[in-house]
Amino acid sequence: MKIKQFKEMVGFGILRLCVGMVIFILVIILYDIISKGIGIISWKFLTAMPKNGMTEGGIFPAIVGTVLTTAITALLAIPLGMGCAIYLNEYAKDTLITRLIRMAIRNLAGVPSIVYGLFGVILFVETLNFGTCILSAGLTLGLMTLPWTITASEEALKNVPNSYREGALALGATKWQSIKTNVLPYAIPGMLTGTILGLSRAAGETAPILFTGAAFYLPFLPKSLFSQFMALPYHLYIMSTQHHAISKVRPIAYGTALVLIALVFAMNLFAVIIRYRLRKVRME
Amino acid sequence: MGHSKFKEKMVHGLFFLNGLLVVLVLVGIFILLVAKALPAFREIRLIEFLFSANWNPTATFVAPTYGILSMFVSTMAVSIGALIIAIPLGIGAAAYLSDVASSRVREIAKPVIEILAGIPSVVIGFLGIVLVGPVIAKIFHLPNGLNALNGSILLAVMALPTIISLTEDALKSVPKSFEEASLALGATYWQTLVRVKIPAAASGIIAACMLGMGRAVGETMTVLMATGCSIAMPKNFLQSVETMTSTIAIELGEVPYNTTHYYALFGIGLVLFIITFAVNMIADVVLHKHQKVLK
Repeated sequence: MKIKQFKEMVGFGILRLCVGMVIFILVIILYDIISKGIGIISWKFLTAMPKNGMTEGGIFPAIVGTVLTTAITALLAIPLGMGCAIYLNEYAKDTLITRLIRMAIRNLAGVPSIVYGLFGVILFVETLNFGTCILSAGLTLGLMTLPWTITASEEALKNVPNSYREGALALGATKWQSIKTNVLPYAIPGMLTGTILGLSRAAGETAPILFTGAAFYLPFLPKSLFSQFMALPYHLYIMSTQHHAISKVRPIAYGTALVLIALVFAMNLFAVIIRYRLRKVRME
Repeated sequence: MGHSKFKEKMVHGLFFLNGLLVVLVLVGIFILLVAKALPAFREIRLIEFLFSANWNPTATFVAPTYGILSMFVSTMAVSIGALIIAIPLGIGAAAYLSDVASSRVREIAKPVIEILAGIPSVVIGFLGIVLVGPVIAKIFHLPNGLNALNGSILLAVMALPTIISLTEDALKSVPKSFEEASLALGATYWQTLVRVKIPAAASGIIAACMLGMGRAVGETMTVLMATGCSIAMPKNFLQSVETMTSTIAIELGEVPYNTTHYYALFGIGLVLFIITFAVNMIADVVLHKHQKVLK
């Protein structure tokens, strides 16, 4: 009896160690980046152009580039992702085609990001002739985000009780009317939250934009959606591996990393707040 | 009335097309990759491409060679190394969270795992250069720490959230009656976990590990930044390696458009697509089996 309990104690101790290790990894990551990145962050760093071959100055164009690209990503991923989720949850019956769609979504989620990059080069840069630009990069990221957006949106739709739909239908509403008035208003906070989480992942991606529009060094803002652009994740890559004076620009690299994770976390926080606030409004 | 019926049909049709779009994207990726990779095989024999370890597309005095075997082996080595680290750690953490942890610990751990999953791969790669690399160099007395081991450690960090959350789901889907029966027979919680719950959730856990593997195989930025990137057949984990993803990332920006080399890089992309597709499909089948068994 005692051996059994001793084994249990040791076993659970090891499991506790595993969780501790995972938390420890995150703490190390955040501590290193925040402690070494915070020193360089200033208003000027955030709003100035890079200077002298990027050894001085700020990262403003990279911030603008990432924000613009993510906006394009959102324009593609939000309507198409929500539309697909509405089809799957509200209209689709369990047919072969539905199963095919679901299988495609799961597989798209597993396609490597660099393969999306190659797809973006073939489709947007070459075939549609957009060239390497914000539009190509944003659309590429948009396609990559689709599976996440769809899954999150469907989850939100599933959480709307069936009685809401039946209530509308019983009063003589058509299917679309019932979705519009009795389902979407309750599902949209959850859909938005999931979508913004997906967008935050897209904002941090590098591989898909490597060849679809991100540029090494452009000390001015993009003029149109057909311009090349600097992006935070690509800038971090450049500053830590490709720059001619890597040790000299290390502080800028740390600063860029900090701004990038701050942006990603801010988007996550925003998503959570949206869910919380819209839910409260509905309750009242 | 006829008007509104027509509108209903239109709306339904539009949503259906929207759903089909997803299939179209997946098929489109495959077809466009095949179309773009195909011209490469006018000059390269498929056997050479897949089974030769010589990759030297820019050779000038001798004939260029296009063998991806060493990159393939590097990709597999780095990914398997990552799994060796991530699987025990991930399953251990998931088991603790689903079976042992108090609700307070769970409330701390859940956002930790979400935040870990949200850290961009380029940031993890950066930490491989500035944090993990120097430590490896010091321990093994190497000039630098950019090698397969570094890549494996980073990929393990990236695969952990996937493995933990899916394993936790698998453990939670084991019916409560299994656990109760085991406890009633006098087993401890530990015995119940190890001999009843984990075996019952086995196929779900295997699927979780496979999806983690898929993620590691396709990961680009971390391995690009942390493995040193020199194309060679890996002999040990302290050697610099270059994976398939890194090769595409490094060379696509430098090759002239529409050359055999250019097409060959899309060929590597196609191989990557097929590998991850296969891994995902197998994980899918295994997961379905898991759900059926538990029903």
